[in-house]
Formats: sequence, C-alpha cells, structure tokens
Amino acid sequence: MLNRQGRPSSAGEAGTTAHPTFTGNKALAQVEPLLFEIGRYDTTGVDLDEPEDFKPRLGGLGRKEPIGLPGLSEPETMRHYVRLSQQNYGIDTGLFPLGSCTMKHNARLNERMARLAGFSDVHPLQPVSTVQGALELMNELGRYLITLTNMTAVALSPKAGAHGELCGMMAIKAAIEAKGEDATRNVVLVPDSAHGTNPATAALIGFKVKPVPARDDGWVHVEDVKERLGPDVAAIMLTNPNTCGLFEPQVAEIAKAIHDAGAYFYCDGANFNAIVGKAKPGDLGVDAMHINLHKTFSTPHGGGGPGSGPVVLSARLAPFAPVPFVRAGQDGFELVEQESDAAEKPFGRMTAFHGQMGMYVRALSYMLSHGSDGMKQASEDAVLNANYIRAGLADLMSLPFGNKPCMHEVLFDDAWLKDTGVTTLDVAKAMIDEGYHPMTMYFPLVVHGAMLIEPTESESKASLDLFIAMLRDLAMAAKNGDKERFIGAPYHAPRRRLDETRAARNPVLKWTPPAPVAEAAE
Amino acid sequence: MRYLPLSDTDRSEMLARIGVNHVDELFADVPKNLLLKEPVDLPRRKGEWEVERILSRMSAKNISASSVPFFVGAGAYKHHVPATVDHLIQRSEFLTSYTPYQPEIAQGTLQYLFEFQTQVAALTGMEVANASMYDGSTGTGEAVLMAHRVTKRRKAVLSGGLHPHYADVVRTLSEMSSDDVVTMAPDVGGTEDILSQIDDSVSCVVVQSPDVFGNLRDLKPIAEKAHKHGALLIAVFTEAVSLGLVASPGSQGADIVVGEGQSIGNALNFGGPYVGLFATQSKYIRQMPGRLCGETVDADGNRGFVLTLSTREQHIRRDKATSNICTNSGLCSLAFTIHMTLLGEAGLSRLARINHANAVKLADRLSAVKGVEVLNKTFFNEFTLKLAKPAAEVVERLAENGVLAGVPVSRLLPGAGLDNLLLVASTEVNTDDDRAAFVAALKEVL
Repeated sequence: MLNRQGRPSSAGEAGTTAHPTFTGNKALAQVEPLLFEIGRYDTTGVDLDEPEDFKPRLGGLGRKEPIGLPGLSEPETMRHYVRLSQQNYGIDTGLFPLGSCTMKHNARLNERMARLAGFSDVHPLQPVSTVQGALELMNELGRYLITLTNMTAVALSPKAGAHGELCGMMAIKAAIEAKGEDATRNVVLVPDSAHGTNPATAALIGFKVKPVPARDDGWVHVEDVKERLGPDVAAIMLTNPNTCGLFEPQVAEIAKAIHDAGAYFYCDGANFNAIVGKAKPGDLGVDAMHINLHKTFSTPHGGGGPGSGPVVLSARLAPFAPVPFVRAGQDGFELVEQESDAAEKPFGRMTAFHGQMGMYVRALSYMLSHGSDGMKQASEDAVLNANYIRAGLADLMSLPFGNKPCMHEVLFDDAWLKDTGVTTLDVAKAMIDEGYHPMTMYFPLVVHGAMLIEPTESESKASLDLFIAMLRDLAMAAKNGDKERFIGAPYHAPRRRLDETRAARNPVLKWTPPAPVAEAAE
Repeated sequence: MRYLPLSDTDRSEMLARIGVNHVDELFADVPKNLLLKEPVDLPRRKGEWEVERILSRMSAKNISASSVPFFVGAGAYKHHVPATVDHLIQRSEFLTSYTPYQPEIAQGTLQYLFEFQTQVAALTGMEVANASMYDGSTGTGEAVLMAHRVTKRRKAVLSGGLHPHYADVVRTLSEMSSDDVVTMAPDVGGTEDILSQIDDSVSCVVVQSPDVFGNLRDLKPIAEKAHKHGALLIAVFTEAVSLGLVASPGSQGADIVVGEGQSIGNALNFGGPYVGLFATQSKYIRQMPGRLCGETVDADGNRGFVLTLSTREQHIRRDKATSNICTNSGLCSLAFTIHMTLLGEAGLSRLARINHANAVKLADRLSAVKGVEVLNKTFFNEFTLKLAKPAAEVVERLAENGVLAGVPVSRLLPGAGLDNLLLVASTEVNTDDDRAAFVAALKEVL
C-alpha cells in the first residue's frame, strides 16, 4: 500500500493490522510526509510587502542561484507540525523514567515568565542601563545557586551540561597554570561509571584521562583514588550522587586526598536534584560543579536542548571564572564583559553573549515557586519514589549492588533476564507498547545490561503503583517464556524498531528530490 | 506544594513499604554532619501570582526591543517571529520530550531535525548540516577543532572582521587545547590582507560575511588560496536572513559553514538560548561535531528517522570523541524550521530584500546628518557609522531619549582606538517613524 506521496504507509501493515486504510492513516495516527514533499517554492505563510525600488549595496555578492526551500501556508504549517508532535512522547504524555535525565514536570508558569517582554525581547548588547532587571534576575539566580551549594562564585554562561563541564575544567586548568604547574599536572582521574562527557571534556583541553575502576559495591573508594594520585594529577571528575544512583559515602575523604595532593575536585552535578536542600556540595569539598538547569530546575528538555549549565566555583577557582559576569555596582548592576575589566583573572569566554537567559528565568521561577521548603521536599520525594520502585521490583529484577537504599534513581542490571532470550533493549521496547517511555538503557557502562530508572518527584503514588505492576507483569512474561511480547516490540508505536545500522552505513542526512525513474519503479 | 503529588499519607505508606521509618534513612550515605537539618536560607514557597509579580517587576525594569525604535545588532537581531512558531514549539510533545534516543516514539523530533538539516544545508549551499549547535560562537569554536582534525594541523587564522566575542571563544578553546591562533587586527573596512597569512602550516581561516562591521566579503579568493595550501575555509555568519539575498558560502568554496540561526524563529532572549547552524561537505561528516539525524526504515519497511553516526560522540567514544557535546539546541532548531517553513524560498528572499532596503534607507538618512559618516561600501542589514563623538556616550544619550541606536564598537573592542564607531542594524521591524526618531535624536546629541 502506498500513500499519496508514493511512500509506504506507516504503522505496521506488514503484520499487525488487519484493516488497511486507503490513506495509510489510522484514525488519529496520521501519516505525515516531509515538508519537502508537500511544500511549494512559491508558497509562503507570511505576508510581506515587496520593498520599493532601492539601490542594493551588495557589491556584486548577491545570490544568483535558487536556495531550494519550499514553503507552506500558515494552516498547512500548523497541521504539519501538530501531526509531527503527535508522534512524540513527552513528560506530559506519561511517566518518563529516563535515569540520569530527570524528566520532571515542566511548569507552564515558567514558560509564561520567560516570555515576558523584559526578558525575551531584550538584546544582549543594549546599554546596561536599559537591562537592569535582566541583570538583577541573573544576579538573583546566581545567589540561589551559590546558597544551595555553599560555593563562592558562579559562572552562568555555559550553554549546557557538557559546556559547564568544559568551563569548570578550564577554570581548573587556569588555576594550575597560575601556579606554574601546567607542565606537570596533566592527568584527570575519571571513574568508569562517569558520563561520557567527562572524559571527552578532559581530553578536549589536553588532559590525559586515567580511569578509576568501579568496585562491586557501586562506590568509588578513597584508596583507589589515592593509589592514582601524584604530582601529575590535576583533578578528579566525580559524579555525586553517582551514575549508579548512589551517594558516594567517602566523598569527603576523596576530596581531602585530592586537595592534599594539590589537585582539584570537579563534581559532575547532573544528579544534584537528589540532594538540593539536603546537602551542599561546597561542604563536601567540591571545587567546581555544573548544574543542569534543565534537570534539577525543570527547564524543558525540548527534544534535546536548549540546556543550561551554570558552574559554581570554590574560593580557589572563583578568580578564574570566565566573562561575562554580573557585578553589583554603586549605580546598579554591572556587566563585566572584558577580561581587562575584571579585578580577577578570568580564563576567557565560553560563548558570544551572557548564556541561556530564557533558561535562567524558568529556573528562578521554579526556585521561587518551590522555595527552600519545597526544594527540600522535592529532593526527598524524588528519592522516596525511586526507593519505592526499588522495593516494588527487588524480588523480580536484579540489583547489581544489593538491595540497599538508592538516591533519586534505581539501577537494575540484566541478570534477571538470564536464559530468557530477552535483552534490556527488548524490555525497553515492550515498555513502549505499555505506554511508557523506557528507562535509560546500557548506562552506566559498569553494569551489564543496565536499566536506570528515575521516576522524579513529579509522579503520584498511583502512577508508581501502575508502573511497578506493569514492570512486574513484563518480568513474569519474560521469565515465563513469552518472548514474542518483547523481541518484536514495539508493536503499537508510530514506528516498529528502526534499522540503525543501515542509517550509519549509508548516511542519508537530508532530503533529496527523488529521481523520476526511481519514483515510477516504486 | 502544587508540583508535588505525594500526600503525607502517601509518604508514610511508601516509607513503610520500603521498610524505613524516616526519609533521612534513605540519605544514610550522606555524612551525618553534612546532612542539613533545616531548609537552606532562602525564602519559602510561593503561589503562582506571587512569583509572577516578582518576575514581572524585574521584567518591567528593562526596555524591550519592540517598545522603542531599535537598531541593535552585532550578532543578534530583532525580527518578527510569527505567532504560529511560538505556539507550535510549546506543544507538550515537543517541549517536554527528551533527546530522541527511543526513535519509535520520537519521530516528531527526528523528522523535524531531518527537515532542519535539509533547510540548513540548502541555505548555506553545503552538502550536509548537523542537528544544530548551542549557538554561532560555540559552533565556530567547534569548527576550528574540526578543521584541526581534518588537516592534522593546529593553527587557525581569524579574520579581523570576525565578531570579537566569537574570536574570544575560539581563542579560549585554542589556548586551553594548546593550539595556535593568529587574530588579525580589527578590519573596519573589510580590506585586510588575509591571503598573506595562509601557508602550509595553517589549518583553517575563519572569515565572517557579512562581517562584524557589516561588510560583505568575497570568499572565493580566500577559499582558493586556502585549498592551494591544504587549509580549510570556515565561513561564519551571524545574520541568517542575509543568506536569502547574499551568495551562499557553499557557492564560494567554503569547507565548513557555521552561523547563528537566532534571526529565524527565535527571540532576542538577552543572548540565549539561540541555535548554531553547522554545515560542511559530505566527505567530512565523520569529523563533524554534534548530533546527526538520518533516514532509515523500520522493521516493517516504513521510512523513519534515527540519530546516527553516534560513534563520533562522547557517550560511545568517551575521551576519543570528536567533541564533548551531548546536546543540540532542539527547541530552537524547531523554531527555526517552523519559521523557515512559513517563509519558504519566496518569503525568505523577500524578507531579506526588506531588511536590505530598510538598511539602505537608514544609511542614506544617517549619512546626511552632520558629524556622521557611513563607512561601508557594502552591507546587508548592518553597517558602521563614524561619529563626531564617542559612540558609547551617544548611545547612552539616545537611550535616554528612547532610541536604542546600536552597539558602540568600543564595547566589543575596548582600547582598539575605535571609540567613535557605532554598529547600526535595521530589520523589517523598523518603520519610517523609527528612522525619523533616530535621525532627530542623533542630530540633537551630536
């Protein structure tokens, strides 16, 4: 069956549906072609008047060739993208237990606040006298972050978590250079359980990465760190709570050992949401930590960005914070944009302007709404919810580090699937059919067939009860040999399993007009 | 707390099911002396109305671009964004979804990324584009690193017309990576001799057009010389609308094109979030940073899209990855794609002509003011004025008179002896009244 674009229609005609339709649509499940298959080059959805005659100043560098951009009218545009949206799963669709990603509720108040004209419709290079409120907001956000972490300074400008990591590691590198130790201190310790961004960041600015192996209790041990410490070590990059969903109990001892060796403690703050209002990273000996505003403080993930990754810094690193930053002056707030205007020793600049203002507004709106009591409660509820799932599944699924309390996420391995012929990937795809977004799969790498479940504080008890019951049912099905339910899954999603090998082997990264002959053959 | 569904009864029942008496038993691994007993020293929770009042008051202290005659550019531009764009990007399924790692339930995101990549490739005249970068400046830094990987050289030459903040981002990254950077002197007239800097040691030349002073650059001779010496041309733009009217960097021989996409679909946002556009030739895709979306089929043979070539990326390659990047600028790239779909080729070309026409009109009117000289021979929608007085002072005075006149060059390049230069941008939102207000206010101040 072909639809009107000559493309195979979607949603499983090969085996699962006995009632094919003429259009390929299945009621609310609509087939939506690419923009390039429905757009026209002479169509536009905006009304603009052709300018009066004028003398161009393009100096002969005007465009001579057509661009190749089809357009749609406004109603067509609306329908095209609404239909595409309906093929997506979001937090508002259902439980989204993607471990390490913190898919908590995105309050719409925060969206409304970010769109206030004084924040969304101001230019980064307007006179500072005309943006005092925007600078006040940045200053206030910084104050909240510093208070929650007990650190000395904050660099707001990094544009995402990995960009924040880069900022923190650059500050460490600058501090080492200031001490004249850059020729010798060039090793960064990274536990095997770390996010891939950690070693990638360290390597990007010339550090050698030395792994710290994982122990079978899921923790980093101070003696393993000490064994690797020496005058060549610049820093450790430690995630806490770690990617196994556990708080590192020896973190204070590790920090002391690192400092005694003349090195710095970079903390990956991806999991800060478990301990906001419960413990302060500054008290744990952290020198630099990025905070994912899009996780901990609920700015929307938006299908993969924009993120925002401010970095809090200890007194030892604060002087090296990059430009720009906000400073309270005698006549209001000042914006320090040039290294030469800073009293300190900024290591440079991370991005053209002041960072993700739109995300700052949303994050501050979240913090004001929750308050100190609400943020503490949110951390406790996130941890409670994860442990409730652990308690509900511990007898059927396998916990690699024993049935001990976890933080905001619970990590299972695939030992419970042994001899079933079902893999972690299969379980994930079967969860899709049950109406859930899968958990994080195969991460962290230190656990075989990892399944990392993070429910967040946004889930009700009833929601968790159903989720646990669903996973118990899947676990029983796997153990009882109902492989069919898994290996062909998903059966009910907008697409069946997609061929990723084919996509990588012969990359097709943009639409090209089909050759007429090929179209006839189809 | 309105965002937290658990009641105290729920919490008690759940703690009992887990087998602990108090939630702090779940925090047992936190050193006892460091576990906070009381909430931190910040205000308690607030209702919606209270939050709205606090933030609205802060917002009201700022002068928004739409409320005054507005001519500020230098890397971010005030354009009209259709209401449809902002509505669609707030669809829950776009706004609250994650990176499309489960493609069967993320075809919406993946298909628009495929459309985005196709649009960016077309706009830049290149063969392939990625799924976006954080912004134009970080994209430029990544482009330089990519050129180093391709050429196996470590020296970049930055044009004196490159936005100074972009140059700072590249320099910061390069210094930290111990790579060489040659930055040419500020080039107000667009006449620098960059060709003489290109030799066999150079990995890439980074040239912006329209440059930060507004001049259009002929990239062809630079591309030719670079290629002769085995170097790459990285073409940068900060005003995406210009590509509707100006010859594409791809048609002029660029190897990597990187730019700021904010102008299409995205608000000024005081500097972010924005969306970096990044395009290159097919032969370099495995050295490209950032996410890529590719076409494939599902188990039933139906067309679908997935993230692909992830063996370049940090979650697989760790310290051997092409970049540490873990995200793109998802929702901003969606805004770009929707706005570009509404415009289409016809609309974008016309929008670009209106921008150019408005800038020409403004330049003509300003150059008639005593004490004002327009320095550009060529420009798109932004140009440089030489004033009889320091530009920073003039801009402050004009702001007091309700006109946001542009960016003093001294703000971007302090101490460069360019204190009397002012960058002025004009887009489709400027009217004859705006221009008249600018001219009148300027006459008063000069």
